[in-house]
Amino acid sequence: MQDLTDLYQSVILDHNRRPRNRGKLPTANRVAHGDNPSCGDQCTVYLRLDGDRIGDISFEGSGCAISQASSSLMTLNLKGKTVPEAEAIYADVHKLVTTGKVDENNLSDLAALAGVHQFPARIKCATLGWHAALNAAKGDPITATTETHKD
Amino acid sequence: MPDWSNVRADFPILHQQVNGHPLVYLDNGATSQKPRSVIDALVRYYERDNSNVHRGLHALSTRATDAYEGARTRIAKFINAADPAEVLFTRGTTESINIVARSWGHAHLKPGDVVLTTEFEHHSNLVPWQQAAKAAGATLKYVPLLGADGEGGLDLAALDKLLTPQVKLFAFTHISNTLGTINPVAELCRKARAVGAVTVIDAAQSIGHRPLDVQQIGCDFLAFSGHKMCGPTGIGVLYGRRALLDKLAPDETGGGMVAQVTYEGATWKPAPERFEAGTPNVADAIALGAACDYLDALGRDKIAAHDTALVTIAMEKLSALPGIRIIGPKQGAERSSMVSFAFEGVHAHDVVTFADEDGIALRGGHHCNQPLMRKLGLTSTTRASFYLYNTEEEIDRLVKSLQRIQKFFAG
Repeated sequence: MQDLTDLYQSVILDHNRRPRNRGKLPTANRVAHGDNPSCGDQCTVYLRLDGDRIGDISFEGSGCAISQASSSLMTLNLKGKTVPEAEAIYADVHKLVTTGKVDENNLSDLAALAGVHQFPARIKCATLGWHAALNAAKGDPITATTETHKD
Repeated sequence: MPDWSNVRADFPILHQQVNGHPLVYLDNGATSQKPRSVIDALVRYYERDNSNVHRGLHALSTRATDAYEGARTRIAKFINAADPAEVLFTRGTTESINIVARSWGHAHLKPGDVVLTTEFEHHSNLVPWQQAAKAAGATLKYVPLLGADGEGGLDLAALDKLLTPQVKLFAFTHISNTLGTINPVAELCRKARAVGAVTVIDAAQSIGHRPLDVQQIGCDFLAFSGHKMCGPTGIGVLYGRRALLDKLAPDETGGGMVAQVTYEGATWKPAPERFEAGTPNVADAIALGAACDYLDALGRDKIAAHDTALVTIAMEKLSALPGIRIIGPKQGAERSSMVSFAFEGVHAHDVVTFADEDGIALRGGHHCNQPLMRKLGLTSTTRASFYLYNTEEEIDRLVKSLQRIQKFFAG
C-alpha cells in the first residue's frame, strides 16, 4: 500500500479542517448538485456567473477529507476565471488525480491532489465538486453523479 | 471471555498480512469468511458430483440431486421449518424479498391497502416494498425508530396504532445492519397476525449469529443470504409457510418448475420447484448445508454468547474515545455484534482508509440505509462488525488504530 501521507498532505488536511468558500452564496445565479451514490458523498456548488466569468463561487456538502479539500481548493482556483479557463484547469486536475503528472507548474496548491492517483477508489472523491462546478458554470444545473460520468 | 482462538484455524483467509499487519477482519456485517469445511464442500462437489439436478437418470445426477435436496432438508432443520418444501433457494436476501414483493404483492395488494415496514430497513427490505406499493396503488407506511441516536428501537406504541385492518403485509428486519438493534420478531409477528397481516422478516444479519426458529417466531416469510453465515455468495433462502406458497404464483417461469406444458399454456409444480426455474445454484446450496453443519457444531447459542462478549468489550472501549457518536442501543443495552459510529471531524471513508493501512477491514458509508442516515442527521458511519473468529486483541488493535486516526486529523 502507498503511504497515506502522500494522499493526506498537509494542504488537504488544512482545507478539510478549514474549508474555504463553504456555505450558500446569496448572489448565486447558478447552482448544481453532485453526488456519489456508492458512498453517499454530496456536494452543491453555488456560482455567480458575470457574463462568461465566474464572479464568485461556494460549495456545501459532506464527504471525506479528499472530497472536502478538493472542493475547497476548487473554489479558490476557479474564482475569477472564464468558463473555458475553468475547463482547462479541470483538465489538468483530472490528469493530475488520474496519473499523478502535471504538465505545467500552474496548478500550485492543487498539486496537493497528486497523491490521489495512487488510490484509484478515491479519484471520484477528488473530482465530485469539480463536476458540479463545471455543470453550474456551463448552465447545466443538473445533478452531477459519479455514476453517470467517469472521473 | 472464552478462548475461541482455535476456531481461527478453520478459516484459511484469516492467516494473512494486510499492509504489513496481520489481518483484522471486522466487516462481517457485509460478508463473513468461510471455514475450510465449506470451501471443501464446494471443491468436492465440482471434483466428484457436478451434474444437473432433478431430471438426470445417471449416477452423478442422482448424487447431485441427493446432495442438493439434502441441503434443503439441512437448512429446513437449521431454521426449524415444518417442511423442507418451505425452503426455496434464491440468490440471497434481496432476491428472496423481491420474490415476495412481486409474487405476493401482485396477487394480494390493492389500492387502499397498506404495506408496513420500519424506518431502519436495509434498502433490500425497503425499495421492493416501495415498488410493490406503487404498482398496486397501495400505501407504504413506516414504524418509527425512537431516540436521537436510534437507541430506543422500534416505537411499539406507534406500531399498535399503525396496525389497522388495512395493513396487508408487515416487513421488518430481525437485526438492523446499521444500528445493531435486535427486533422482538415473535412479538411483531403476533401483533401483525392479530390484524391479518402477512409477515416478512429480513434475517440477513441474524441467521448466522443466533439460534433461529421460524415456527417459534411465527413468521410467514423469512429471507437470508448464505454468505453472511459462513456460506458461499450467490445462494440464499426464502422461507415461506407452505399454506402461502401453495397459493402463490411463480415469479419466474421456465424449465424445472412446470408440471405440464402445451402450446397453449403450462401448469406449475408445487413448492419448492415452482419457485426455482432453470438450473439452480447446486454447488452453493450444498456448501450452504455445510455452513449449517459448521455453525451447529460450534453451537449457535455459543456463537451468540461470543458475539455478545465481544460487542460488550467493543462498546466499553469505543465509548471511551473522545468525539465518538455511537448509534443504536446504548452501552449495556442488548445489541448484536456490531458497532456503528461517527467521529467528530473525521469522515467514515477516511477512518476506513486509515484502518486499512493498519490491516483492519471496516465498512464506512450509509450501509444501504440512506433514509435512516438522513433521519439521524448523518451522511455516513464507520461500522465494525464481529463474528465467531474475532478476538479481544483485535478490538484492541481497532481502538489503537482509531486513536491514531483521531490524532492525525486533529493535527
